[in-house]
Amino acid sequence: MSKFERIKRFWSVLNSPTRHFSLAFLTFGGFIAGVIFWGGFNTALELTNTETFCISCHEMNDNVYQELKATVHYTNRSGVRATCPDCHVPHDWTNKIARKMAASKEVWGTVFGTINTREKFQDKRLELASHEWSRFKANDSLECRNCHEYDYMDITVQSPRASDQHQRLLASGEKTCIDCHKGIAHELPNMAGVEGWK
Amino acid sequence: MSAAKHIGCSAVKVSLLAACIATLFVSFVGADPIATLRGSEIGISMPAPPMANQSDETLKRVRSYPEQPPTIPHKITGYQIDRNANQCLSCHSRIAVAQSQAPMVSVTHFMDRDGQVLGSVTPRRYFCTQCHVPQLKVKPLVENTFVDVDTVIGKDK
Repeated sequence: MSKFERIKRFWSVLNSPTRHFSLAFLTFGGFIAGVIFWGGFNTALELTNTETFCISCHEMNDNVYQELKATVHYTNRSGVRATCPDCHVPHDWTNKIARKMAASKEVWGTVFGTINTREKFQDKRLELASHEWSRFKANDSLECRNCHEYDYMDITVQSPRASDQHQRLLASGEKTCIDCHKGIAHELPNMAGVEGWK
Repeated sequence: MSAAKHIGCSAVKVSLLAACIATLFVSFVGADPIATLRGSEIGISMPAPPMANQSDETLKRVRSYPEQPPTIPHKITGYQIDRNANQCLSCHSRIAVAQSQAPMVSVTHFMDRDGQVLGSVTPRRYFCTQCHVPQLKVKPLVENTFVDVDTVIGKDK
């Protein structure tokens, strides 16, 4: 059998598999292949959704991760902590996939060294932070609320100033978490010109 | 004249010597209360005392004297005060107080060193924690003999 004939035969099997395989085999085989593909896809997706993956790039490890380590979201009295994707990747599937597609820009960034020095990172910090602030603003601080939901806050054990502001501004929906709680996990960029600052 | 001066000098020397001996004696015996603060011989590291939490009562405190910078009645752990951002001012600035209901920084903070009032907090007053500090609930290491001005002038009698 010549090489050409072999390709031709392969194509005819691919073109009309029911002529060569039974319907039961194809159905069952398709199901198994589907399970493997879907499982593999999700496993790979979840692998990119870990802190270890995020800080495998030095841009994340040397800048934002080091800053996070000093904050309450990394170390605190009860030992519950947030990892990068807890705040930066939406938890529900559709939004997660959308964010993952948007994150391909970050792969571009790391390949071309957009922020590969501390100075470049500092220069771009306001822009990068602004993206996150507008994302939080748009989804009503959804990633905060995965853990900190107003309905379950006991305002009586909050300090008087926190209790007052949460009741006055958060409960009414006038403000969302990120409006006041900027810079809680990473250093702030130059805030001149940012609404509510200076 | 010179003899009298000479006698005066030796009297000073003798009394200085006595003071030195007394000091040495006292420090050897350990009667000085300050010497016990460290709790160990020099050269031996003692375990650090546990860190106290910053108090978070939010209620204003009495100032010990009128010019005292008011102490911070809430936690400021992790607050960023640098050339990029001042987290204190995000509540205490002139603009922010309507929303935060926090006390506005006083007008003295808007004055430059010539007393000219500027439009915003002057650079020399920018670093809040140079004067304003949070408080910790701890036992004072040494007794504080501070007397309030009202007590001094007998106003509160």
